[in-house]
Amino acid sequence: MKISSCAVLLTAALVLAACQPSQLNNPYSDADDQQNILYQSFSERPKHLDPAMSYASNEYTFIAQIYEPPLQYHYLKRPYQLTPLTAKSLPQIDYINAQGQPLPPTAAEQDIAFTDYVITLQDGVRYQPHPALAKKADGTYLYHQLSPDEIAPLKTLADLPQTGTRALLAEDYVYQIKRLAHPKNQSPIAEIMKNYIVGFADFAQQVADKPKTAIKDIAMAGVQATSPTQYRIRIKGKYPQFSYWLAMLFFAPMPWEADVFYGQAGLKDKNITLDWFPIGTGAYYLAENNPNRRMVLQKNPNFHPETYPTEGEPDDKAKGLLNDAGKPLPFIDKAVFMLEKETIPYWSKFQQGYFDLSGIASDNFDQAVQFTGGGEAALTPAMQAKGMQLQTSVETSTYYMGFNMLDATIGGSSENARKLRQAIAIAVDYEEMISIFRNGRGVPAQGAVPPGIFGFAEGEQGINPNVYEWRDGKPRRKPLAVAQQLMTEAGYAHGVDPKTGRALILYFDTMAAGVDDRPLLNWYRKQFAKLGIDLVLRVTDYNRFQEKVRTGNAQIFVWGWNADYPDPENFLFLFYSANAKVKFGGENASNYQNDNFDRLFEKMRNMDNSEERYQLIQQLEVQVRHDAPWLFGLHPKSFGLYHSWFKNLKPNLMANNQLKYTRIDAQERAQKRAQWNRPIFWPLGVLAAGLVLLALPAARAYRRKLRGN
Amino acid sequence: MIQYIIRRILYAFPILLGVNILTFVLFFIVNSPDDMARLQLGQKHVTQQAIDNWKHQHGYDLPLLWDSHAPGGEKLTQTIFFQKSASLFVFRFGTSDSGRNIGADIQERALPSLALALPTLAVGLLLNVCLALLIVLFRNSYLEQAGLVLCVLLMSVSSLFYIIGGQFFAGKLLRLVPISGYDDGWAAVKFLILPIIIGVFSGIGSGVRWYRTLFLEEVGKDYVRTARAKGLSETATLFRHVLPNAMIPILTGVVVVLPSLFLGSLVMESFFSIPGLGSYTIDAINNQDFATVRAMVFLGSLLYVLGLLLTDISYTLVDPRVRLS
Repeated sequence: MKISSCAVLLTAALVLAACQPSQLNNPYSDADDQQNILYQSFSERPKHLDPAMSYASNEYTFIAQIYEPPLQYHYLKRPYQLTPLTAKSLPQIDYINAQGQPLPPTAAEQDIAFTDYVITLQDGVRYQPHPALAKKADGTYLYHQLSPDEIAPLKTLADLPQTGTRALLAEDYVYQIKRLAHPKNQSPIAEIMKNYIVGFADFAQQVADKPKTAIKDIAMAGVQATSPTQYRIRIKGKYPQFSYWLAMLFFAPMPWEADVFYGQAGLKDKNITLDWFPIGTGAYYLAENNPNRRMVLQKNPNFHPETYPTEGEPDDKAKGLLNDAGKPLPFIDKAVFMLEKETIPYWSKFQQGYFDLSGIASDNFDQAVQFTGGGEAALTPAMQAKGMQLQTSVETSTYYMGFNMLDATIGGSSENARKLRQAIAIAVDYEEMISIFRNGRGVPAQGAVPPGIFGFAEGEQGINPNVYEWRDGKPRRKPLAVAQQLMTEAGYAHGVDPKTGRALILYFDTMAAGVDDRPLLNWYRKQFAKLGIDLVLRVTDYNRFQEKVRTGNAQIFVWGWNADYPDPENFLFLFYSANAKVKFGGENASNYQNDNFDRLFEKMRNMDNSEERYQLIQQLEVQVRHDAPWLFGLHPKSFGLYHSWFKNLKPNLMANNQLKYTRIDAQERAQKRAQWNRPIFWPLGVLAAGLVLLALPAARAYRRKLRGN
Repeated sequence: MIQYIIRRILYAFPILLGVNILTFVLFFIVNSPDDMARLQLGQKHVTQQAIDNWKHQHGYDLPLLWDSHAPGGEKLTQTIFFQKSASLFVFRFGTSDSGRNIGADIQERALPSLALALPTLAVGLLLNVCLALLIVLFRNSYLEQAGLVLCVLLMSVSSLFYIIGGQFFAGKLLRLVPISGYDDGWAAVKFLILPIIIGVFSGIGSGVRWYRTLFLEEVGKDYVRTARAKGLSETATLFRHVLPNAMIPILTGVVVVLPSLFLGSLVMESFFSIPGLGSYTIDAINNQDFATVRAMVFLGSLLYVLGLLLTDISYTLVDPRVRLS
């Protein structure tokens, strides 16, 4: 290459550097730069978007913005509180005896044969524009009888140009409950609802062989629309937690037209199904569904009037969370969710401002968060300089180490086995585990009920006295000597099993088979080794692990539970003997059985929240702490990072429809993005010059070769 | 040649059937239909009745390979294997266990995979061949030694390092291209530049060394000596004579992978968020989605057989001495 060519290259590089076009690395369209669009990511494609089938948090991220059950959780108030969503008010609850006569609200539980939930809907709620609701001039549906020729060219729902809408009817809620019952819809809650909703099981049997659309004209005994805006659900006995179910998406409305439209032959082959293209009344509708690349939610033009809450917790005003009080929702026009499977590119894009919020992966934790002297989490200076906001919240979940109570060594109600379990509970230092393996993202659990749920006790009153003692205003883990003493009392002095004369061998069943899991598994072994116990790791795959727990062949395992709804019953039922995993296939994975616990639980579960219920919960906690079927591990703490332009930020672990409350300052974002993403060209010039220098010897050698020839 | 092609196509049937049986057996050794149902239904409140219902709705309540209670031919046809596999041979992939049409998914994902893999292959091939020829041109010199050392160095680095390093350097440090993403049509170009460059760069080390070996084998042959004796320059000898004669092994390597380019690259697509087929099979295995696994294994084996057939045909095009019979 000649010197002149080098000069041209260098000049070009310099000119480019001088031009400084902004944001070459922008993954979005330049036209969207200042638009009111929220950018988020998702790492796993959703499996279902049909509210009758979906039961995963990554799916709720989308459909909770689209579908509207009658109730929702108040965005700002704590403890979590139900408020009407499409309902006019909270349901009217009527108790009825076995003879069908009404009972007063104070009726005793044993007298209540049925409970009626009467829900009255708001006026003026309408569905999103959707082809299933498009009508011809004569009033018949435009796309309900598509011919194969009309279906053939379709690729997506948007290829049907006409859309329509209609008012929400009480019948749509009734229809959805019937959908839950239809075996062909495979709703994950169908089996639970058979125990509660009157006529649910009979209806399921009746329609088993019928097409999905047939349910419209078949009645379910316990569910009725009493007027276009009112419906009634009759459940068996008293079950106050049913109100929480009414805030879940399973109970969102579905127009019968949706099943008729999507049921047309040929649409399923195009992946145009109700499971992929929702139809709701919510603040947003799914404008683009490409779970391989991106999902786009667009503001629903037919969204009913709803305003930002005017009340919250006492310090919400000071935090600016009531600045938008009374303003119409939603604030954001469009939400774009990009598929990002790998954390490295995702984290880089978040730092460049191309995602508005982010979780914090372990790899990036030190870059984002540091702990102050008082143990408080704070942003690193680099993050502070970018104006980031850090939000932490203790999740309504409990992770635990379960002991199989059917096991001959670790299980059972004998005093020896109980002391062995309690000794292990002291020795396994979850504070250390949280610090080493979770970057401090967790709170050691003192019982089954997590913070934020009624019945959780703060302070000294709420500690597990078998494992902790209260010192200096804090719970402190009991010294190892106490655990060793318990081991001696259990008959395993210094961890020696008297039957073998060697170290007691216990088995830890886990599906953590990856290389990254080894340090944690070794840590568990070391914790047991403190007591002289030899912990044998039985690593297996997901299926075999589930099978072992199901059949009672696991001895010790680690598991967790996320709240379905914010009620202690949803945690304490994990110890109820009628839910034992081996005997009944329930969620009591430890197969714990205690008559006193069962009696107290049966009394507590259907009570309304009161001082009496609170005391019962404390008694239940005392019982399980004493019997130790679980080693109470931790309540995870979630950390979220948000850019400075993200407003109205308050973690709500029960509500999934938070998008409508979120506001962004698009102008600030555009400015910061431009500032953070100016391209740098000069290294390219250097690189080009380096290549030229490398090529020079070759060029010289080639010339020599030619001359030699 | 037509007879040969027909014969090869017929040979493909038992191969594909064998692959199908093997996939089926391996899959169901690890996962039972009950396990599949549990995974699809989620971890909470799953009852045996719900599992039985799921299996019935998805056709997994049949015997696996043989139904001894069924009459006549139904012993074979009323099985999970037959019901799930027979339609593959007419390219009807059915629906995945989560309810999506697999054929439509494959169609949608194949194009992005191809958009990444085809330019990477083409540019990589061109660059590797040119560099290999240059090294051969300077054989027995310090330039050849330096080139080989560089190739070994490039080969020694993990492809993951190229990806992460490339994203860091070009996307984060210089901010010249998006770190990851994809778009439709020509808008995809800005997302593909970096992965293609990285794909090409990471393949230089092994590619150049491989082609150099092929060319070195040729340059010692009599026809090359004759060409030089006739007064042709070294460059002309290499490009006009050595290169065409080394085409058979080059074609063997290239044509055989052409059909499978549709299947994409797992790591590359994952890091660059390219919505291709790369992770489709892995995701399906993780989700215990047998319908998708068997479809993708079938497609993979079919494309491999097709690749081998195309290679054989291409021999006849580059070397008239080769006859297929």
